[in-house]
Amino acid sequence: MKRKFTCIVCPNGCEIEADIEKDQVVSITGQGCPRGRQYVLQELTAPARTIASSVLVRGGVLPVASVRLTKPVPKDMIFHVMDAIRNVVLTAPVSAGTVVLRGVCGTDSDVIVTKNVPAA
Amino acid sequence: MIAEKEFCADTELIRKDAVIIGAGPAGLAAAVQLYKQGIRDLVILEREEEPGGILRQCIHDGFGLGRFGESLSGPEYARIFIDEVEKLGIPYETGAAVTRLTKDRLVQAVTRKGLRTYQAKAVILAMGCKERTRGALGIPGERPAGVFTAGTAQAYMNLYNRMPGREVVILGSGDIGMIMARRLTLEGAHVQAVLEIMPYPAGLPRNILQCLDDYNIPLYLRHTVTCIHGKSRLTGVTAAQVDGQRRPIPGTEKEYSCDTLILSVGLIPENKLLEDAGIVIDPKTHGAVVDENLQTSIPGVFSAGNVLHVHDLVDFVSLEAEALARHAAEYIQKGDVPHCGLDILCGDGIGHTVPQKVSGERNFNLSLRVRKPMRGCRIVVRQNGREAAVKTMKKAIPAEMIQFQVPAGKLDRSGALEVSAEEL
Repeated sequence: MKRKFTCIVCPNGCEIEADIEKDQVVSITGQGCPRGRQYVLQELTAPARTIASSVLVRGGVLPVASVRLTKPVPKDMIFHVMDAIRNVVLTAPVSAGTVVLRGVCGTDSDVIVTKNVPAA
Repeated sequence: MIAEKEFCADTELIRKDAVIIGAGPAGLAAAVQLYKQGIRDLVILEREEEPGGILRQCIHDGFGLGRFGESLSGPEYARIFIDEVEKLGIPYETGAAVTRLTKDRLVQAVTRKGLRTYQAKAVILAMGCKERTRGALGIPGERPAGVFTAGTAQAYMNLYNRMPGREVVILGSGDIGMIMARRLTLEGAHVQAVLEIMPYPAGLPRNILQCLDDYNIPLYLRHTVTCIHGKSRLTGVTAAQVDGQRRPIPGTEKEYSCDTLILSVGLIPENKLLEDAGIVIDPKTHGAVVDENLQTSIPGVFSAGNVLHVHDLVDFVSLEAEALARHAAEYIQKGDVPHCGLDILCGDGIGHTVPQKVSGERNFNLSLRVRKPMRGCRIVVRQNGREAAVKTMKKAIPAEMIQFQVPAGKLDRSGALEVSAEEL
């Protein structure tokens, strides 16, 4: 059975085809680099994604600071991670790089702030 | 055109080697590179309160993969350049809106300290782009609240912590629209559909997968919104399938009950200042016509980034702005750049090119988009009946800008160049 994938590792978006027989990957073709193969193997076993969102900031020049995950988390964890992010409230000043949730929801990914928000 | 005397009647002229308009990714990268080329008498003017441009609100990751080898958010990518500008001590002024530019390179800005006029040896246009709006599409119907461009919705959510709505339809499959489909979904909204009038998506394949498919948001190609309903707030839209001429097909209408319509229907270079200055605009890119030095039709006025042509990736904006800076530095130091008398013409299958003029004497970087998706094609640059450069592509889609270098070795000193896309 052949399955088609659009690689999301980089903006090239390679179209990759995997040939699968009895749950075994026979071949992977179409990737422009080794990361594409890795991506397809991950998609076939345990698809994972990064997400970005915002956390509330008290007393800042902006009401929110943007955050992102440092590593992809399993796809079915995304909305649990969002719930955890929604409960975070920081106080200004906030600096980019600050870890606000380490190992969020039991994953090996951290939630980090991506923007400086000075105090108002 | 405003006469110089009248223009600066009541303000003192401030002389600068380089005035950079815009502190987004293009302006910041140009400033750093100009400084490294030895140009120290420069200033960046930014109308917003903070530098960083549109990256401030692009909180998703995926920026900088090409340049830094890691997937950064927009604010982090911008910060790297802002830190560099601050470390080098390059002056930038926020809350400074440039209102006029002349062919003599006078730059007038409304600043917090009043009106100011600069006389620049070189002007760097780095103002980015704007979004097409409902008005540009002429969608019939009522005019309720709840109709937003994707970038406006993005600013509401990511800068001001305001939710645009709960039941959402998105018109247009541009990248920002798809990214907002995911963002709205993550924050608890229900995105019912993304409608695209063209037979192919406007945005990148990776965004269709990770922003739409991952969240089971359907993308309907060859569909558009034909009517907007609601009095004070949007209550719904009528959508329909379109034919080959993009006309709605009667009988295919479908009603969506929604409180929010997001438009992601194209970006246009912010070219008002250019038009007023009399700079020649390319009707295909809506940005300036430039030569291989990224110089516009006004000598000493240079343009790069989204104000020149809309890019898919910020990494390429930074590279283009750095190339611009090397040419602008040459102009400032030598008073001129090589003359470019050869036109680049768009042949079969090519939507636009940048630059539009070259000298034929130097290698140059060619950027272009194809007009329709193609599987297996050659992008060919021809001059005087001969192939000067060829790039073979496994696939080419309008959503992805194509860039490659054309070597001067195969170019003649006369004769226009024609670029075409040939299916294999």
